[in-house]
Amino acid sequence: MTNDKWDPNKKFQLPEIVETPSRFRNTIGKYIIRRNARCVSCGLCAELCPCGVHPRYENYVLPLRPLAHKCMGFECKENDFFCVDRCPEKALTLKVNPILETLGDYRWPSEMLIAHWEMAETGNLPKVGLEHSLGCSGGGFDKIRFRPAESDKYPDISDEDIDTSVRLNKRGDGRPEKTISIPCYGGGMSYGSTALSVMVSRARAAARLDTLTCTGEGGYPLDLLPFKEHVITQLATGLFGVREETIQFAPVVEFKYAQGAKPGLGGHLLGDKVTANVAAMRETVKGNALFSPFPFHSVYSVEDHKKHVDWVKEINPEVLVSVKVSTPTDVDMVAVGSYHAGAHIIHIDGSYGGTGAAPDIAKKNIAMPIEYAIPKVHKFLTDEGVRDEICLIASGGIRNATDVVKAIALGADGVVIGTAELVALECVRCGNCESGRGCARGIASTDPELGEMITRDWSEQRIINMYMAWRKQWCEILRTYGMRSIRELRGRTDLLVHLDYLDESERIKYKPAPMKQMII
Amino acid sequence: MPKKYNIMMETAPPRFHPVGKYATVEFREDCAGSCRECVKKKCVSGIFKENYLHAISMEEPEYLYTCQSCFRCVQECTRGIFSRVIDPEYRTLGDDYWRPDILNRTWYQAHTGKVPVSGAGYRGPFVGKGFDSMWTDMSEIVRPTRDGIHGREYINTCIELSRRPDRLKFRDDMSLGTDVPPILEIPVPVMFQHPKFGVSGGNVLLTMARAAHELGTMMFIRAEDYADAFAPYAENLIPCLTKDNYQDFADIISKTRMAELAYASGIENELDKLRSLHPGLFISIGIPLNKKAASCALELVQTDADTLHFYADDHGNELDTENPRSLKDTIREIHLRLVENNMRQKINLVFSGGIAMAEHMAKAIICGADGVTVDNSLLIALECRLCYLCKADKPCPVKLEDADPDWGSQRIINLMCAWRNQLLEVMGAMGIREARRLRGEVGRSMRFEDLEAENFGPIFGERKVSGDK
Repeated sequence: MTNDKWDPNKKFQLPEIVETPSRFRNTIGKYIIRRNARCVSCGLCAELCPCGVHPRYENYVLPLRPLAHKCMGFECKENDFFCVDRCPEKALTLKVNPILETLGDYRWPSEMLIAHWEMAETGNLPKVGLEHSLGCSGGGFDKIRFRPAESDKYPDISDEDIDTSVRLNKRGDGRPEKTISIPCYGGGMSYGSTALSVMVSRARAAARLDTLTCTGEGGYPLDLLPFKEHVITQLATGLFGVREETIQFAPVVEFKYAQGAKPGLGGHLLGDKVTANVAAMRETVKGNALFSPFPFHSVYSVEDHKKHVDWVKEINPEVLVSVKVSTPTDVDMVAVGSYHAGAHIIHIDGSYGGTGAAPDIAKKNIAMPIEYAIPKVHKFLTDEGVRDEICLIASGGIRNATDVVKAIALGADGVVIGTAELVALECVRCGNCESGRGCARGIASTDPELGEMITRDWSEQRIINMYMAWRKQWCEILRTYGMRSIRELRGRTDLLVHLDYLDESERIKYKPAPMKQMII
Repeated sequence: MPKKYNIMMETAPPRFHPVGKYATVEFREDCAGSCRECVKKKCVSGIFKENYLHAISMEEPEYLYTCQSCFRCVQECTRGIFSRVIDPEYRTLGDDYWRPDILNRTWYQAHTGKVPVSGAGYRGPFVGKGFDSMWTDMSEIVRPTRDGIHGREYINTCIELSRRPDRLKFRDDMSLGTDVPPILEIPVPVMFQHPKFGVSGGNVLLTMARAAHELGTMMFIRAEDYADAFAPYAENLIPCLTKDNYQDFADIISKTRMAELAYASGIENELDKLRSLHPGLFISIGIPLNKKAASCALELVQTDADTLHFYADDHGNELDTENPRSLKDTIREIHLRLVENNMRQKINLVFSGGIAMAEHMAKAIICGADGVTVDNSLLIALECRLCYLCKADKPCPVKLEDADPDWGSQRIINLMCAWRNQLLEVMGAMGIREARRLRGEVGRSMRFEDLEAENFGPIFGERKVSGDK
């Protein structure tokens, strides 16, 4: 067993935040501000607005369309720089953007999406009043809150001095003491399910954030090689693109037994998405649908599983092994079994998450949400006396910075993020990842045209910006509780309350759960 | 090995443009007019191209069903002239139980026969009422393998509608000493039910009966609606009768394999008389799903009935009460009452009302049903919008009465194909190869109340608010 205490000498060098605007001309925001024909282009609004809603350039006097997504909205009414009131020609109107109704869903409401686009653009929390931490699902993380802290514990330390790192190898087995500097790493999204530019930019972002990302099960594109220290090789049931060298490249190999979005169903890449490049990467035939069967056809016991783990460890003596499983009733037993088979990381993937295409019936109904699985597994590992020797990673429906710390307080060491990274790249969660040419926004597509819509520089920086905004939220919460390391938060369920478990008199002290009725 | 059961789907496009979720608003007065970057030309789904075609043929413009909601037209238009709203007509579809998305997905399945698939994770509420407050289980290391469940590693979805003896007896020479009653088996745990409302004229019922016949399942039909045109499908029909009128339908009864009698006091005395009209007739008893349903089941299991068929309301709720329970709870109560009295094996339980999605079928079986029936979904497969205009004797917007039986029966077959495949997916994930083994197998499910109590109880204490608040 190794010491899991915070090392004050190891400081994370924060990557630089660079403003990275939307790649689309018309950014969607919470508000719409319109300029009508009465405008005489006096420029007062541009002078007044501290948010940059009214662009104006030297030597160009004609009025430009406002950048409405930067507008603070009606909260600004109290300010003496409220452009709508100050406009001498009364040429400006402000209203809530009606398009919000068509955007988002119960788990990712429109405000959460827009807030994440803004975080990815600015690297900061949104200035506009957007609910970025709570969805409208009416349960799970959306009803869990942190208790108010005792104010005298609040330490006067900067974000840079707060440790958000997670140790991945706690077994003390002579393998590398691998640490990631934020409590998140990127989930597996294969080449084929996402564009190559997305894969590479995620790896580049992981390198700069000193964390990891995962290949998914579509092979190991050579473009990832410069970042190989930050790329997990996923070894799943189809074994697409898995070779001896891709295991030797990797700091961590992830056995994917199941995934939360389609537990027990394996994977399925539709023929349309199997382009010549995808087929070459996976060593298959263009246009043929590809199945990742379920389960591993050679694993029917913990002993079989151990055999596989041993193979990987033999091929790469430096590698750590992660085991990704879904969340069935016996997920706690599975976790302990994985520990005894020699895994360093047990990665539990809850049922409400996922990025790629999955049958709707599976996403909604099969296996339990991650909110239940984390405390279940944490407690069982603790009771079995092995909790401090394995890293528990949670994923599947962890949407924002607050969900991350809630998951850690419930018992996880860290989390895996998939959807939020794609949202940072302006995914609108339309859900059409699999159909036709794939994602119309160029994220989940290998179509020759759509797959080139995103540049690597742009998406790398957007992901970094989002995580830096998240880190600010984590540091704020840790400071609130007088903690200097996120590792101190693990399993601190005493800091959490669930609204449905409080008396009415207690419940009103907390922010209510948003319960908006939506059309999905 | 018996022949493997498969449902052959074949694309059956809609006759009318289905109502889509989104409408694109276009402020044409702001259009630059000659923009070379026009987003309409670049639409990945080609919806605007389709729109032009409709204009050429002088039809009403319609691009709602095909819009994939990628927002690119909204975000890329050089003049920002596009916005989006929820299609107002979409909001009017169905009600709070038969939600627009259920109708939309049902149309898709009836059109394509495919399982609805989407990306980017689940997007609904954390938990809901009834079946939405339970999850099905899976296993990390399981047979059958998923890649085999649609063929190689066969999952049997047959159920029986015929009564079973308590136990088998054997003579000294080990030959069977029990008279085994005839077996009525259907290949899918779902039957059809004459919808309580909607257009039933024209070929609508005939279309449903034909689909039932081709699928090998059964359809409950009002005896009064039977006509000569139904004769080819008579073996797949179950005429619904009362103890007062069954004598009047002796001709129909003689053609069918099964008949249903509505529950009434003294009904047990009528079963032999009914069977005398057609020896070997299987009998179902139709029972309202109310507070008395469980005790009624226990009483009727003593009779010679083969199947008990319980009728909930359209939303899957208990009848005749101000605080109705959902099918999830009522099925469980009835099933367990029979189990406790060692009677469950003798009889089959079928439930009607509120079965709107494939997951309802799987979860009803887990709760203890042998099978379920679908009603409104049959109409929806034929493009019904649940607008309820027919209740006011107004014309049907999709002219259900004109539906071609070839086309309509294929739409229903497609829907059932998609539902069965979803059942296979759920059963495959659990590692269960027999629909009959799934019955009452609550160990392969997780209830919201239990998960909360086991995992949140030790952390947060006692729950003060019920799950659906």
